[in-house]
Amino acid sequence: MSTVESQIEELIPALRRYARALTGNISVADDLVQDCLERSLSRLALWRRGSDLRAWLFTIMRNIRVNDLTRQRTRPDMTASDEDLDRQSAAPTQGDRMVVRDLASALEQLVPEQREVVLLVGLEGMSYAEVAEVTGVPLGTVMSRLKRGRDRLSHLMNGSEPAIRRVK
Amino acid sequence: MNGRVSEDDLHAYLDGQLEPERVAAVEAWLASDPIDAERVRQWAEQKDGLHRLFDRVLDEPVPPRLTIAAITARRRWAGRSLPRLAAALALVMLGAVGGWWLRDEQGLAGTGGAVAMVGDALSAHVVFASEVRHPVEVAVSERAHLVGWLSKRLGAELKVPDLSPSGYALIGGRLLPASTGPAAQFMYESKTGLRLTLYLRRGDGGATAFRFANQNGVEAFYWMDGPFGYAIVADLPRDQLMPLAKAVYLQLEK
Repeated sequence: MSTVESQIEELIPALRRYARALTGNISVADDLVQDCLERSLSRLALWRRGSDLRAWLFTIMRNIRVNDLTRQRTRPDMTASDEDLDRQSAAPTQGDRMVVRDLASALEQLVPEQREVVLLVGLEGMSYAEVAEVTGVPLGTVMSRLKRGRDRLSHLMNGSEPAIRRVK
Repeated sequence: MNGRVSEDDLHAYLDGQLEPERVAAVEAWLASDPIDAERVRQWAEQKDGLHRLFDRVLDEPVPPRLTIAAITARRRWAGRSLPRLAAALALVMLGAVGGWWLRDEQGLAGTGGAVAMVGDALSAHVVFASEVRHPVEVAVSERAHLVGWLSKRLGAELKVPDLSPSGYALIGGRLLPASTGPAAQFMYESKTGLRLTLYLRRGDGGATAFRFANQNGVEAFYWMDGPFGYAIVADLPRDQLMPLAKAVYLQLEK
């Protein structure tokens, strides 16, 4: 096993943790990690030696996830503005009305763009600049998604606005 | 929001990403503004909550399919859509007929590891298969413990093939040292007391064809496949050992 490969191996637990938080489902998460590892190993030649390996892996995984979600059509238009995203996440969805008080459920209600930023910063401890690199958006957009995501989580957790639980 | 302390500042403060010279200003602001202080407290609680929810994933053993070794092995086989088993067994047949010393698919890289492994497997067989009173460290009566323990030590979930249709019952297993780390040996016994051992340890991620080895009349079949290298060893002629090796291979592939 090459040095880079062992460095990747060391990052697998972190990739799994992030994927689990992102998808909320153990097998979907592990499939995502597997796809990410397969893709990164096949593109190892493209990795710039000395650059941040963790950010590179998370970027690959993020892009796979975006593709998956696009394929499943459960994702908003990639060009949606943050205001659109807010409207979307606040819009009632079908199912039982139930105030969400726990973080895991609240997290599921965030739109993917906000959820990924909240997790990359809050769980993975990435710098805002790293998050901008991973998500491919400007720093200002990262900050805006972080702020909106955190405020939305607070609202959901406090039950201070009607929160809708999505039914699987 | 106050002109001096922005909302971005509050998040950066929470996330430890605020320029050091701004920290005092933000702390002073928070001391004077209970509403913002409460917001920051809630965000901090969210961060703690995320760790409480998901940090346990870091302690879970990585499933074998997600190891670099397994993924590398799959990639090497990818594109060869001929069923692997058919290919592997064809090589076994060639080996059986011609006594070939088969070359690894990847050339000779990794062969050294496989040869060293089968040497250790043969030695372990010779030492322990002849042991009458203590052939195994953990007996099959504690099967779940045995498999769990060895899986833990080898760092991946082990499957123990059932060879009873071929007339060999599992009697137990043991942990062994190898130059590459821990190794596991499972021992089987026929009704006539003939013993067969399955030896495995972490491989280098490569996949090889089946090969034979022989040491003083003890025969072994061995191969590397993904996370593990395997050797099946018995004091049996090759043509009798081969179907047992096939049975093991088939079950491990499931």
